[in-house]
Amino acid sequence: MRISKKLFLLLLVLLVAIFFGLIKGAVNIPLGELLLNENRIILNLRLLRVITAILVGMGLAVSGITLQAILKNPLAEPYLLGISSGAGLGTVMGIMFGLSRFYTPLAAFMGALLSIAIVYYLALENGRISDKSLILSGVIVSIILSAIIVFLISISANSAIHEISWWLWGGLQVNDWRLIFMVSVLVIAGITAIYFFSQDLNAIAAGEEEALHLGIEAQKIKKILILISALITASLICICGIIGFVGLIVPHAMRLLVGYNHKTLIPLTCIGASIFVLACDILARTLFSPVEIPIGVITAIVGAPIFMVLLKKSNRH
Amino acid sequence: MSAEILLKVRGVSGGYHKEDIVKNISFDVLPGDFLGIIGPNGSGKTTLLRLATRVIYPRQGAILLKSKNIFAFGLKEFCRNIALASQEAAINFPFTVKEIVLMGRIPHLKRLQFETPKDIEIVQEALALTDTLHLKEKRVDELSAGERQRVILARALAQEPELLFLDEPTSHLDIGHQIQVLDLLKKLNCKNNLTVAMVLHDLNLASAYCNRIILLNNGEIFKQGSPEEVLTYQNIEAVYKTVVLVNKNPLTSKPNVLLVPEEFNDN
Repeated sequence: MRISKKLFLLLLVLLVAIFFGLIKGAVNIPLGELLLNENRIILNLRLLRVITAILVGMGLAVSGITLQAILKNPLAEPYLLGISSGAGLGTVMGIMFGLSRFYTPLAAFMGALLSIAIVYYLALENGRISDKSLILSGVIVSIILSAIIVFLISISANSAIHEISWWLWGGLQVNDWRLIFMVSVLVIAGITAIYFFSQDLNAIAAGEEEALHLGIEAQKIKKILILISALITASLICICGIIGFVGLIVPHAMRLLVGYNHKTLIPLTCIGASIFVLACDILARTLFSPVEIPIGVITAIVGAPIFMVLLKKSNRH
Repeated sequence: MSAEILLKVRGVSGGYHKEDIVKNISFDVLPGDFLGIIGPNGSGKTTLLRLATRVIYPRQGAILLKSKNIFAFGLKEFCRNIALASQEAAINFPFTVKEIVLMGRIPHLKRLQFETPKDIEIVQEALALTDTLHLKEKRVDELSAGERQRVILARALAQEPELLFLDEPTSHLDIGHQIQVLDLLKKLNCKNNLTVAMVLHDLNLASAYCNRIILLNNGEIFKQGSPEEVLTYQNIEAVYKTVVLVNKNPLTSKPNVLLVPEEFNDN
């Protein structure tokens, strides 16, 4: 099948997913009624939710693709650089210091930036970033920051701190247009910038020295891309918490579908990931409605088996 | 054709971690050369290629491409002039053969520019020349070492360089493919004016194909010149610390190096 045909089909599925994302929920409302004035608020909330799902899908998947190519490791994921624990620490401290709800995401963002800075600094050797030390320092920073989080929670008398638990499995309930607007600017700018480097990603994924022989300044571009993908993940995590597997599964599946060329892989993955997150969110809202399951649980339950199958399949080579 | 020197290497020293692997080396590559670089393991052959292709900075000396320092070129411009077919490409990401060879066009493309039909045509030709056309849709991790080596060569050819460096282009090939690859390079050398400089382990292949040979020893040039001048038993025994016989290939009348096992050394 030609790429353009696949693109068309994916767009079609995306439209269907958006449609169901709007009408499904705690109550199912047909589109005709949803557009009535009296349902304005519900429509607004669901629109926000659909937009958030698309942002999360695109952002996490493209960050995943970028890190996978840079580290030449298809199992890398966006939270690899200690971003999740950094953002978690920011949130916990934000709540402890009594920041208002609007500012806790900002605290999470600062925490994520801090962890990125530490990981990046630890991985730097003589001005070069080596893949191995980047992964290792990511793991170490994650462990340390998680320990601090648990410590803070256990000594805290503040009951609000237990709100942090939703965060660990993520959620797409963002009810603030301003927040969404800021995050979408960051995410879309980031994805555009990464797409600008898609050719470089191809070359770097094939090997850093090879890239140099093809006219790509691998080290410089690697650093830029690590920072961009970290920024995308950081801005998403502070409004949606940790949503696993999106940055791992979707790129993997899309590579099987459209191949490894990042020039086509990135845009098609954006669509595929949006569909995946929208579908998982619809399940999260409707499976046990009115109770809502954290979306991270759904992405894990749906994603882990797919991942195991893909892993087994790739091992056979 | 102008007699301008294509690549001028002057007093170059360099290596890793402050230790020089290559020491004070000077030589020229002329347009149309088919240059062989030989020497024992650890004599600095690969390091020399990495210095000449901007992977590492020389600690001393300078390398000039068309009388301009190689670091004064934009990287992509440099890579349109000089390509390197490396020993073994890291294949962690299973791109298809076609995708790998298409990457050879990167130096000719702007960011975000998709390959034109002309690029596809060049890639097609590179695949055909290296006898890899039938592997086009295969993933690189499914190839044999020899096939992979030819794919790497195809990518370097797709770069359409003036000067092509090769690091042991025949190390994984059977003798049929060895001759095929070197014949191809020779043909491109004669017909398309491709200048070739390659590291070779096989002294007889170097003798049969190269118009000039550089013999390295401990990071220094021990001898450079025509195969007849370099491949003498005195030079080879001094550098490789092994006893050899050198006679003439009856057909090509080029030097032919024969190895002698220790038990026959007394004769």
